[in-house]
Amino acid sequence: MWEFPVSAASFSGEVDYLFNLITSLVGFWFILAEIVLFYLVFRFRKKEGVKALYITGETKKQLAWIFVPLALVVMCDIWIDLATVKVWNNIKLNLPAEDEKVRAIGQQWSWIFIHEGPDGKLNTADDISTVNELHVNVNKVVHFELESKDVLHGFSVPVFRLKQDVIPGRIITGWFKPTLTGEFDIQCTKMCGIGHGLMGARIFIHTPADYDQWMAKASKNPGNEVATVAMNQTNSNIGEVKWVTP
Amino acid sequence: MSLAKPIATTREVTGIPTGRLAVWWVIASEIVIFGGLVTCYLLMRLNNVSWGDEASHTSTAAGATNTFVLLTSSLFIVLAHAAAEKKDTEKAFKFIWYTIGMGLVFLLVKSYEYTTEISHGYTIFKSVFWSFYYTATGLHALHVIGGMVIMGIISMDVKKGKELQRVELIGLYWHFVDIVWIFLFPLLYIAK
Amino acid sequence: MGDTVTAHVDDHHGHHEQDFWSTYVFSTDHKMIGFQYLFTGLFMAAVGGFMAYVFRMQLAFPGESVPGFGLVTPGDYNALITNHGTIMIFWVAMPMLIAAFGNFLIPLMIGCDDMVFPRLNRLSYQIFLISTILLLAGFFVPGGAFGGAWTTYPPLAARGEYNLTPLGAPIWLLAVALEIVAFLLGGINFVTTVMNSRAPGMKMMDIPIVIWMIIIAVVLFMFSVGPLVAGAVMLLFDQVLGTSFFIPSGGGDPVLFQHLFWFFGHPEVYVILLPEMGIVAEIITVFSRKKLFGYKLIVYTTFMVGILSMIVWAHHQFIAGIDPRMASVFSFTTILISIPIAVTFFAYIATLYGGSIEFKLPMLWAIGMIAEFLVGGVTGIYLGASGLDIYFHENTFVVAHFHYTMFPIVILGGFAGMYYWYPKMFGRMMNETLGKIHFWGTIIPFNFIFMPLFSLGIGGQHRRIYNYLNFPDLASPEFQNLRVLATTATVIMLLFQIPFVINWFRSMKSGEEAGNNPWKANTLEWVAPSPPPHGNFPDGLPTVYRGPYEYSVPGRDEDYWPQNAPN
Repeated sequence: MWEFPVSAASFSGEVDYLFNLITSLVGFWFILAEIVLFYLVFRFRKKEGVKALYITGETKKQLAWIFVPLALVVMCDIWIDLATVKVWNNIKLNLPAEDEKVRAIGQQWSWIFIHEGPDGKLNTADDISTVNELHVNVNKVVHFELESKDVLHGFSVPVFRLKQDVIPGRIITGWFKPTLTGEFDIQCTKMCGIGHGLMGARIFIHTPADYDQWMAKASKNPGNEVATVAMNQTNSNIGEVKWVTP
Repeated sequence: MSLAKPIATTREVTGIPTGRLAVWWVIASEIVIFGGLVTCYLLMRLNNVSWGDEASHTSTAAGATNTFVLLTSSLFIVLAHAAAEKKDTEKAFKFIWYTIGMGLVFLLVKSYEYTTEISHGYTIFKSVFWSFYYTATGLHALHVIGGMVIMGIISMDVKKGKELQRVELIGLYWHFVDIVWIFLFPLLYIAK
Repeated sequence: MGDTVTAHVDDHHGHHEQDFWSTYVFSTDHKMIGFQYLFTGLFMAAVGGFMAYVFRMQLAFPGESVPGFGLVTPGDYNALITNHGTIMIFWVAMPMLIAAFGNFLIPLMIGCDDMVFPRLNRLSYQIFLISTILLLAGFFVPGGAFGGAWTTYPPLAARGEYNLTPLGAPIWLLAVALEIVAFLLGGINFVTTVMNSRAPGMKMMDIPIVIWMIIIAVVLFMFSVGPLVAGAVMLLFDQVLGTSFFIPSGGGDPVLFQHLFWFFGHPEVYVILLPEMGIVAEIITVFSRKKLFGYKLIVYTTFMVGILSMIVWAHHQFIAGIDPRMASVFSFTTILISIPIAVTFFAYIATLYGGSIEFKLPMLWAIGMIAEFLVGGVTGIYLGASGLDIYFHENTFVVAHFHYTMFPIVILGGFAGMYYWYPKMFGRMMNETLGKIHFWGTIIPFNFIFMPLFSLGIGGQHRRIYNYLNFPDLASPEFQNLRVLATTATVIMLLFQIPFVINWFRSMKSGEEAGNNPWKANTLEWVAPSPPPHGNFPDGLPTVYRGPYEYSVPGRDEDYWPQNAPN
């Protein structure tokens, strides 16, 4: 409870740090405000014969009671703002050189992932496509391209602290660098219709040896027909849609 | 349910008659509606160069005629207002109906345009430009029709010399409808 | 304005032979229209509450039949969450906080006999009623009610083959559009009335804060909703005609709709918050016998809130595919808007200093509102920070956050207002004991509903999922226990609304007689008899001599000084 999932990407620690920073700044003010509120409420309960004070709150001296704390709050705000811009820029604006690339295609209601085949290139005959399974190497910078065949979807990997909406008609790129091996959830985080609650996938983060083993198996077994059909559909869609690269 | 006007309606704290104040607020809320539509159109047009070609199939001549028609109708409603100020009910009645007549001419030209365009295959489904074209001009035409109906109702009272201040109110609204057209005309017809 | 008032008022009293229909159904009296909005709002709150019960049960006990509803299919679940949100915002918060309180209070508090356009007012309610029926009718059409979330993002919302509710979607959209029209009509009436029909002597800075807040909210609504109206027309054409405004394959842009929606959607939060802040201001001044701290400052900062709220919308779309560089700009404006809101809350807390505080029922709810809203306010900072929003977007942390803002605003604030003005509405006092049971039975379970959602959100749980057991990382027993806890608390909280219903109806008959001014308050509604007759002030419309918050003025025997009392 009250814990993040494991941190499995190079930048997820930064997000967690941001959370802790905001919690300590905001928590301080929150607790202070509640203490002051309850203190006043109990301290100034009605007493017989004691009349309330008459304070207009319009002189400079009185308004200082508002503006001094306010100035301090604004300073905290700016601190948070600077910290968040740094994290945001690293995850969303920065794009480190790629080691491998995958394409994720959202559709009602599953994910299709297209991996580079043994040749290390996307859009070639040996691409490996899978449904609801994404396989990546640990400690490699992975670039992803997000596409959708129908409605909006959201590509989210909680252990990476990563999320990006997927928009039909566009290719949206991004990156992550896994730092832990294991198997974790991928969620669809945009309401995408009746099956939205079923639209999950798993990400498998392999050591290089495991990854090679998986790839050997997967490329020897091109019988993953669902995926092949799905990929053909995607390719035929690309012909119709006017693509906008961001 | 008392039919007498509440005292509230007769007060004028701002110095502006209540009716006029309310019409200004109606216009303000309408401006943001049309503003939203036009902003969407502009944003998408900037990203779609091809819309210029689509726009070349609208009839600038018909649009220009309609601009002229609407401006004339605005003049008529101003004259109706002037007559109402002088309590000249006959004249006010007459000019209100001239305005309604001009509105009718506007709608006739508009329906001629729609018919030609649709028969040439430029329907609302042709492209997003045409979707905007029909939505914006259609919404505007609805406002024209609404204005004409209200004018018709008001003219009955005016003839009897009652509620003369309403001529000014419908005039304000009519000018607004006119100004919307002044924005739509260059955006949809002229810019190619 | 020479006041030939008394003559007119007598004139109003001449019409007493009114039948049931013209008194209760087709009334043009602002108080009756206020009641119509209030009761429709309360009815819809019960409907929305029932929906919450059904989908919370599904989350706690997935796949089991819910008593009173039956099995919840994924389609049902989506329709329930979508309409729960829609109803609570558009059919509970807006009609109760703005339309009901606005209609009831504006003429009374500014000292006139009715709204300036009584028939327009009635029309506004009638359109609202039609929209209500239309929305509920959506549940009974083939295909069921719309389930694409209250944000109605296209392309999902725009095409029947995507959302599988080809009738439900346009009905939903039409209902919301009609509701917006009703509020635009009502809003024009409100603004015009306050601008033009204030009692003689009531200057701008003598207007009670609640009226200021309602008016600023209404103007904010008017200016922010326009683009959404245009967007709704476009979306409706996409749905029923098949145009492609928001469909990428037809050349449209789905993200454009998100801009239109949130350009309205974020100011809407303040449209709801402001009237409620006004209600709380009235209550804390009366029950602490204090002048409101920094009245003018509060009015000015409220204007600032209104303006700023229109330039923050894209913080709902940080990761929605907008230019990532824009995120920093909107992150900054978002954190900026916390400044005026903080000023208002500091001013409220400062008002308590040196007071003579009495915990009557309305005060209990008002203080509860401030204490709980702070949680909602500070958790907003997490979401406004773009870097952290990457993780929390579409996460139950967001759900918990906005319920910690909306619930104190609409429910705690709404009840505060109802307990406060009940004596004026019906002429009798409500029962204190039942009221206290209701208060504690609402506020304690409330925290047990949404604290678990914060915890689950931090643990990575995303929103709008009908069964989390489909996700291995979210299926742990600890997580499921938290879901059961939230559901249990929901049921308990809903049950604790029964004392309120009993209290409401019992007090109407057998409550203690209230008299004109049971709370010893200054504002003009307490000058009128309780309940106020048609025309409001039978002894002639009041004249105003001072501001609304002159409590405990030194040198006076009484600790209050009504606005209409001559010097």
